[in-house]
Amino acid sequence: MISFQINNKPVQFKGAPDTPLLWALRDHFQLTGAKYGCGIGRCGSCTVHIDGKAGRSCITTVSSLEGKSVVTIEGLEGGDGQLHPVQQAWLEEDVPQCGYCQPGLIMTTVDFLQNHPKPSDEDINTNIDNLCRCGTYVRVRKAIHRAAELSAKVK
Amino acid sequence: MNRKNHASLKHKTDLSRRRFIIAGGTLSGSFLLGIPLVSFAATEQTPDGSSRIGFFIKILENGDVIIGNNQPEIGQGLRTTLPMLVSEELDVEWDRVRIESMPLGIVKTADGYTWKYGSQGVGGSTGLTNNWTFMREVGATGRLMLMQAAAQQWNVPLEQCSTMPGKVICDTVGKQASYGELVKQASTLPLPESAPALKPMDEYRLVGKPQHNKEVRDIITGKTQFGSDIQMPGMRYAVILRSPVLNGTVASVDDTAARAVKGVLDVFPIEGPAPGAPYHILAHGIAVIATSTWAAIQGRKALKVEWTESPSRNDSSEKFWQENRKMLSGQGQIVHDQGDFPAALAAASNVVRHSYEVPFVSHAPLEPQNCYAWVQEDKVHVIAPTQSPSGASRAAAGVTGIERLDIKVDMSRVGGSFGRRLTNDYVAEACIISKQTGWPIKLQWTRDDDIRNDFYRPGGTHELIAGLDDKGQVKAWSQRLASGSKYYRRPNMKDEDLWQAELYTDDFPKAMVENFRLEYFHNFIGLPRGSWRGPAHVVNAFVIQSFLDEIAHETGQDPLALRLGLLGRVEQQPYGNHGGPTMTPGRLSRLLKFVAGRIDYGTARPKGRGVGIAAHFTFGGYAAHAIEVMVSKDGNLSIERIVAAIDCGFAVNPNAVESQLQGATIDGLSTALDLEITVKEGRVVQKNFNNYPLMKIERVPTLFEAYVMNYDETPTGVGEIGVPPAAPALTNAIFNATGIRIRRLPIANQLREKMTA
Repeated sequence: MISFQINNKPVQFKGAPDTPLLWALRDHFQLTGAKYGCGIGRCGSCTVHIDGKAGRSCITTVSSLEGKSVVTIEGLEGGDGQLHPVQQAWLEEDVPQCGYCQPGLIMTTVDFLQNHPKPSDEDINTNIDNLCRCGTYVRVRKAIHRAAELSAKVK
Repeated sequence: MNRKNHASLKHKTDLSRRRFIIAGGTLSGSFLLGIPLVSFAATEQTPDGSSRIGFFIKILENGDVIIGNNQPEIGQGLRTTLPMLVSEELDVEWDRVRIESMPLGIVKTADGYTWKYGSQGVGGSTGLTNNWTFMREVGATGRLMLMQAAAQQWNVPLEQCSTMPGKVICDTVGKQASYGELVKQASTLPLPESAPALKPMDEYRLVGKPQHNKEVRDIITGKTQFGSDIQMPGMRYAVILRSPVLNGTVASVDDTAARAVKGVLDVFPIEGPAPGAPYHILAHGIAVIATSTWAAIQGRKALKVEWTESPSRNDSSEKFWQENRKMLSGQGQIVHDQGDFPAALAAASNVVRHSYEVPFVSHAPLEPQNCYAWVQEDKVHVIAPTQSPSGASRAAAGVTGIERLDIKVDMSRVGGSFGRRLTNDYVAEACIISKQTGWPIKLQWTRDDDIRNDFYRPGGTHELIAGLDDKGQVKAWSQRLASGSKYYRRPNMKDEDLWQAELYTDDFPKAMVENFRLEYFHNFIGLPRGSWRGPAHVVNAFVIQSFLDEIAHETGQDPLALRLGLLGRVEQQPYGNHGGPTMTPGRLSRLLKFVAGRIDYGTARPKGRGVGIAAHFTFGGYAAHAIEVMVSKDGNLSIERIVAAIDCGFAVNPNAVESQLQGATIDGLSTALDLEITVKEGRVVQKNFNNYPLMKIERVPTLFEAYVMNYDETPTGVGEIGVPPAAPALTNAIFNATGIRIRRLPIANQLREKMTA
């Protein structure tokens, strides 16, 4: 049995320890915000935070999570229903088309901005490697810059 | 602002009540006839205290409005755009509107199945055009009935009533009432005999103005349910191991180890189509059912399967290209011939001739195929991400034998589609598994399944030939194509009709060149093929727009001037392919001049920098691109700037159109840069995004302009229009920068190889 936290609540997982976190989240914990896109950590649709850092849940086994804290897109909003600045920026720029990759992109961006509070376009190019098949990249870039502005205001 | 009363029934053409049901075309093929009028009048009180006016409009007592959306949402934004049309005519505040998904509305009449919510299904960029009049009439009728209710209550003539957003007012008696107060009574009124006149466009408050996606908040908080997010009581999880060889069948299976995996519940074979037969599913395989997706995947890994020798076992991409070249050296099927092409070519002062290869590509929507199905003795419930819910119903009926009226089809939001989910093979698979087990099943495809089992965009080899006179005028034109037709293995398809999916006879430059010939050769490679966003337009625009630049280069003309000259030969042409009935070449010229102007097309660039342009007419809409690139000495390509423009007639939601144009451009470039499906020993080589590398944000230039340019008052579709010109604009820019002509897609490493050789 593996004990860890999801969105600040303690949880236990009794299934096969080699189960990828993604499938534990989706099938077992009924948290479907993290999406399956490739299963090899390439597309980023499954991105969640593990102890505050973005990680690809499709290649992270539950067995590696003992005592750790996982945050999914469902846990990103503040308790008061306030959108995270990155979500707010995504809303303002109206980024999604189909929307499938967007939770992963948002989780990736939240972590990215922690390390690059004032990102250049070059920073974005080298660090954001999530795939969006609809090609929302133009708006993703704008939203990342906007999120950086909003985050600066929050601080 | 007070809205004038358009309620008087001055509009008595064919706008009968039946129009509500029959409006729009149909993807299903059944013709829509004979619906009893009463079936539309679903006016009722609903449990949440709201009332319905017809199928599409629900108004709560507090004035909130819920609008039904009857169409699939695949990322094209219809779930926002169509309710905008209803809201505009209904005259309600947009921020009071919520959207509700409607299931497939199937009914049966003496003439066959038909659709009580109108034609449901999206493809060919018709989602908006099919519903443009229909949805506005739905809204206008709702508004009329609310005014009728008010007129009754106040005992005033209807003509004295008008509306402001969310309420009916009557100035003569100085009264007003909110829709929430009126809706109960309105919902009991008989439907009007004809649809009221629609608003003049200059009174639009919502339509024609950029609106955000109605569902964006749910998407960015992870609340939106895609097909793969569906959880239903008692549901089991299934995956399928499909034949790795095209057209392979199961010879034997040892499932001992698979059944020993904890959570695996059942394992059994699934029969696919015979080689050459129409596809109900894509392949023979083994289904593994388990208590979780991961257990099913682990069970599948443990299967030991022997596959039979398939007739496709020697298929390969190499063989495909060789066969195409061999076919092109002979005589093919002349599918269109006007004037005297051979004579005009013989008389030409200048002949230009080049060949191009365009590969098979996969759809690769980020949400792999999946479907929830529960087949019970006498009924079926399907929840699927699909472009064609009626196709899903047909697929379910086909494999279960259950009457279609007893098959309920719900549509989830779709995580990308691009034509892939016009085909409901995965619905059939889920139904087969549920029927066999009796369990509610969620079938999940993995990415490998998705890349290796697809209805691929057909690959082909094109030879283009042009004959020019001594003034540089194009007098003869021929396109000769050897390809794997999309129509291959379609039911009742004759071999001599296979070309029709790959060459659209009325496409540019047919109307501009007197001596014009199209010739086709079919390659029977065993890869399944289907519709990929823009289908043949994407492929043909690449070769035609590349070839125009080659003609310009070889005859000393300016590529823009050559295009404008050809387009200027005809003011308007009949267009018999999808997207007609006419095409106006001047609309392409307008866009070309605009994008060329924006990017300073006429200005010479330093070595290594170049610009390219292209334009194409797709399914009624017009688009053009101008692209600037930089290519380093060792062949590294960087896209520096993109100017894209679309003329979709009238943009109902310019924000959504811009978004589609941005995405379509990136789709066109991503595919041209690196994407290709290849076959070796009868197997698809690519498996996942490591060797099917979609474009990342790093290659998208920060200078990216997307322009939405209205032309008239008639909207066209937009989803596919922006794809075709992107790739040739890019390769024309590469030529301009380097002198290297890309005649084979994808571009991949060609520049590095040529420039470092």
